[in-house]
Amino acid sequence: MSTETVEKEKEPLFSKKNKALITDPLSDNNPITIQVLGICSALAVTVKMNNALVMSLSVLAVLILGNLVVSLMRNVIPGRIRIIVQLVVVASLVIIVDQVLKAYVYDVSKQLSVFVGLIITNCIIMGRLEAFALGNKPWPSILDGIGNGLGYGLLLVVIAFFKELFGSGTLMGIEIFGSNGAEPTGLYAIGYENDGLMLLPPSSLVIVGIYIWIQRSRKKHLIETH
Amino acid sequence: MAINKESNGYVIGFSIVMVVVVGAILAGVAMALQPAQKANVRNEKMQNILQATGMELDRDEASDKFKKHVSKRLILDYYGNVLEGSEMTSEDEIKDGNEKDAFNVDMLKEFKTIKNPKDRNYPLFVVDYKDKTYYVAPVQGQGLWAAVWGYIALEEDGVTIAGAVFDHKSETPGLGAEIAQKWFQEPFIGKKIAENGEYTGISVIKPGPQLDEHSVDGISGGTFTSVGVDEMIKRTMVVYFNYLSSSELTQN
Repeated sequence: MSTETVEKEKEPLFSKKNKALITDPLSDNNPITIQVLGICSALAVTVKMNNALVMSLSVLAVLILGNLVVSLMRNVIPGRIRIIVQLVVVASLVIIVDQVLKAYVYDVSKQLSVFVGLIITNCIIMGRLEAFALGNKPWPSILDGIGNGLGYGLLLVVIAFFKELFGSGTLMGIEIFGSNGAEPTGLYAIGYENDGLMLLPPSSLVIVGIYIWIQRSRKKHLIETH
Repeated sequence: MAINKESNGYVIGFSIVMVVVVGAILAGVAMALQPAQKANVRNEKMQNILQATGMELDRDEASDKFKKHVSKRLILDYYGNVLEGSEMTSEDEIKDGNEKDAFNVDMLKEFKTIKNPKDRNYPLFVVDYKDKTYYVAPVQGQGLWAAVWGYIALEEDGVTIAGAVFDHKSETPGLGAEIAQKWFQEPFIGKKIAENGEYTGISVIKPGPQLDEHSVDGISGGTFTSVGVDEMIKRTMVVYFNYLSSSELTQN
């Protein structure tokens, strides 16, 4: 391992390289906008900010623990069955997360329904295990998990912000534009209507597209040239 | 140590150890969390039954309030006969697995496995709340994507709807999923499931035509879900109407 041979001194916990593990996935190497992984759940569970937050936390937890476990086992995992081992690790963690949600945040787990189970198929997780945790020590692996989990969560929350605001007129369940009940108040009183399309998956795709557009026009080096 | 990590023996051994360890962990977690999960499901059901009468309550307090307000619970067959031994009062504890307990009737399971509505069980909950008696009946049906269900509370006359709550498994957000919202549920209040002693049910119709006291507005764009709600109410409530219009419960 290159890191061990070059520096005999103990690396500080938050060296420049380790910090980059957290900050890179937030912008320059964002799992959703740059690597285009984990798109499916970003499209589906972003109708409400609450759901997006819990989904992000769940993925974050699975990613950190998955990275840690696989990194700890990296020297004993037989190469021939490493994908199977990763899958088993991820699947067990997801089941545990699902069970915990059902026991302690029942309402949210009902709304996330199948998507918690589908964290297993979230490409970000298998991608990070295979690309990073399998070849790195536990601590950098944890940081990598935090970074990518946050990068994923950031996008989810941004998407959910616009979808909930314009689709339901609320944020975290709080009415922003006034009440749209039998007697409309606020914006609804002067004829404003919620946009039903914003509640459906296609609108997330548009928002992700706009995000990528803004991101790349601000950081020219991210634009692919070929 | 000179273990060949790529040998078949190592791979098989590794797999066996991994499966056993993972299995033990998952089994342990499932067992540790099961009581909390079961309590959630149970409290939610109690909460829904009470909410149908217009009561506002949190899920945490559902268990206490259920015991306090549900004075009687029983199971009917399709023809309105009370299943023997199913009449229970708030004195009777709800025991898991007691099939004679109205609270334990699994409506979804019966809806899926018992094809003929005449062979299904029909639980009824008698709720005393604010000096009034309500009859709360569960309904179960099929929406566009998966199951829809609800609880309908009837006034003492056994005809007028005092309140209704609906929920769903995976209807389309913003369209069919709106059945779980207040604006859809509130118009049910005051509607009647019968006229002059003849059962009419409640029709969920497309928005537009004039509504009478047996119909409510459906959801534009949520047609299949609306149809599902319409169907489950019409199919189920007839049982309760027949029972309540002839039973001594409403006579005295």
